[in-house]
Amino acid sequence: MNAEIRPASTAAEIGLADLFASVRESLPGGRDTGVIRSDAFDRFAAHGLPHSRIEAWKYTDLRRLVRDAKPLAQRPDAHARSLGREAGAVFAGVGLRRLVIVDGAFAPELSDLAGLETGVVIRATIEALGAGELPLPLDMAGSDPAAELNTAFAADGVLIAVAPGVVVERPIHLVFVTTGGAPAATFTRSRVEVGSGAVLTLVETYEGPDQSDYQVNAALQVDVADGACLDRVKITGEGAAALHIATLEASIGASATYRDFGLTTGGAVVRNQLFLKLAGEGAIANVHQASLLSGRQHADTTLVAEHAAVGSQSREVFKAVVDEEARAVFQGKITVQPGAQQTDARMMARALLLSDEAVANCKPELEIFADDVQCGHGTTTGALDDKLKFYLMARGIPAKEAEALLIQAFVGEVIDAVAREDLRDALSRTMLAWLKGRE
Amino acid sequence: MTALLEIRGLKAEIDGRQILNGLDLSVNKGEIHAIMGPNGAGKSTLSYVLSGKPGYEITGGEVFFNGEDLLAMGSDERAAKGLFLAFQYPLEIPGVATLTFLRTALNAQRKKRGEEELSSPDVVKRVRELAKQLSIDPEMLKRPLNVGFSGGEKKRNETLQMALLEPKLCVLDETDSGLDIDALRIVADGVNRLRAADRGMIVITHYQRLLDYIVPDVVHVLAAGRIVKTGGKELALELEATGYAQYQSEAA
Ligand SMILES: Nc1ncnc2c1ncn2[C@@H]1O[C@H](COP(=O)(O)OP(=O)(O)O)[C@@H](O)[C@H]1O
Ligand SMILES: [Mg+2]
Repeated sequence: MNAEIRPASTAAEIGLADLFASVRESLPGGRDTGVIRSDAFDRFAAHGLPHSRIEAWKYTDLRRLVRDAKPLAQRPDAHARSLGREAGAVFAGVGLRRLVIVDGAFAPELSDLAGLETGVVIRATIEALGAGELPLPLDMAGSDPAAELNTAFAADGVLIAVAPGVVVERPIHLVFVTTGGAPAATFTRSRVEVGSGAVLTLVETYEGPDQSDYQVNAALQVDVADGACLDRVKITGEGAAALHIATLEASIGASATYRDFGLTTGGAVVRNQLFLKLAGEGAIANVHQASLLSGRQHADTTLVAEHAAVGSQSREVFKAVVDEEARAVFQGKITVQPGAQQTDARMMARALLLSDEAVANCKPELEIFADDVQCGHGTTTGALDDKLKFYLMARGIPAKEAEALLIQAFVGEVIDAVAREDLRDALSRTMLAWLKGRE
Repeated sequence: MTALLEIRGLKAEIDGRQILNGLDLSVNKGEIHAIMGPNGAGKSTLSYVLSGKPGYEITGGEVFFNGEDLLAMGSDERAAKGLFLAFQYPLEIPGVATLTFLRTALNAQRKKRGEEELSSPDVVKRVRELAKQLSIDPEMLKRPLNVGFSGGEKKRNETLQMALLEPKLCVLDETDSGLDIDALRIVADGVNRLRAADRGMIVITHYQRLLDYIVPDVVHVLAAGRIVKTGGKELALELEATGYAQYQSEAA
């Protein structure tokens, strides 16, 4: 192997090394876990933060975008906890089961743990780590630097297990909130296991103060067993200066369905990376992602869907509305393993640019090692249609409102993919609030 | 009395090509004016310039709407003041439900005029009544605007919008094109219901047929970007017999 010529470490990389050295002893988990953390950090440190020459991070150069490392967030105090109580308001009144994670720490006392359905178990990650019961490595993400950092630092989060055959009617809402104070970093690790034939809807929201350039690194591992069904809805609504990196790994069993909907409106730099493995025969994955960006926001959605079994089906639709000087990135890679015949995979990325300075980078890829498959992808990038806008204005609708209608129509297609009406309504409200901000 | 619409010496170009060449036209309240003319004469261009479609450059002349400078207003403002263009080719807008569009348009106009906005149920009620008059299937109102509508359905939908918005001046651009005789009757009835003493209409058509149903007070011939002849409704019959050849050569 050639020795890699590594550029001088950035302040952020040096800061992360110092941070790891100073906190490694105090991170939860026994000796074995400690070794796993150290190995993960060493693998990260060997290459440092990803930059534009790393293919998977081509458009999101963290060496440039991350200026410094932040100290780990403190365990929440009373004030922080009171903020946790108010978080996740976009779903207020929908009746979701709230599990609140304040500054990276699961707060059972703020969470709605009463009357848990039989067969549903909820636990704090920190407790499972302490008992040596949570294997930390992320396998699908491979040697992804953000995933390695998560493994090195992850301290808390939520573990949810749904027993086979249990249909959970009430969606579970993971409310992630970063509270004020000095900017800090949080690393969370969560895990959701949906037993065979079980059904669950999972909502995740992320939020925090606009004034603070805090950092969030969240990883979620999902296991959808044979015949199970998991719907996931994630709203990335972080504060305006935040760095948000989220890694999702989903393993989807035979005849199981995984639906993922993501809406990104917040954060200065956002990376949502999704690694899906359609592991069982007839597995189905539907991924719909939308980003609504303005100012100088940078949001990257990177998806790898691996078809590893016969007759699996995936749909990926990505939409970005990009205003001012913002940038949306979509990288989607569908791989079809040898033997994964009758794979049916379709990917579409569409970006709507609302200003001359707005940028969208779309990179769809297909990697196919089976011969009897149907795969396709497409991308479109363009401005709002002036003719349609004129038609609306000729009926008396002012320019901004006409644009809002056309944007709503554009994004509506992905929101419509969410099965539950109450969740769709909340998502529409989030979209409308973003549009209101343009007026 | 000020005219409802007063066009004086209007010149307009698109992509550097002059289409309107000093057009004069005056329409009073209560009047229906027909504009006929050969293809490419500039009829649609006139309707677009009146409604403020981007891309046209006004190189001369002036237009007053109820005494106000129309060309200084944005398209939305013109609509709120009571100008309505029924498009020759209504556009399809995927993802925007017809009813949502109608409600948004109506309330945007009302808001601009300082009138109270109507509640959703009120709008739905009015729209349903009008849809019935125009034989529009109420299910269509839930579908995205004009998407998958037949040519006739689109024209009926334009007529529905016009009836709902109750404009002061209706400009109908080839509303008869693509309609079979039954649809033509339905649309013409819809238009005739809107005839009123305080409302003017400009009916643009290539064929005389529509004018059997919507009987005009005045008929103009538009050729090469100007009104070249004006007469009563008998002029339409005359044109039907002679065709536009003489005007094309006259303009050339
Ligand atoms: N974008 C354009 N650039 C140049 N010429 C145009 C453009 N759009 C229309 N025209 C020309 O303007 C003329 C008038 O068109 P139009 O108003 O549609 O005529 P009518 O409605 O009377 O048939 C036609 O010769 C047409 O080719
Ligand atoms: Mg025309």
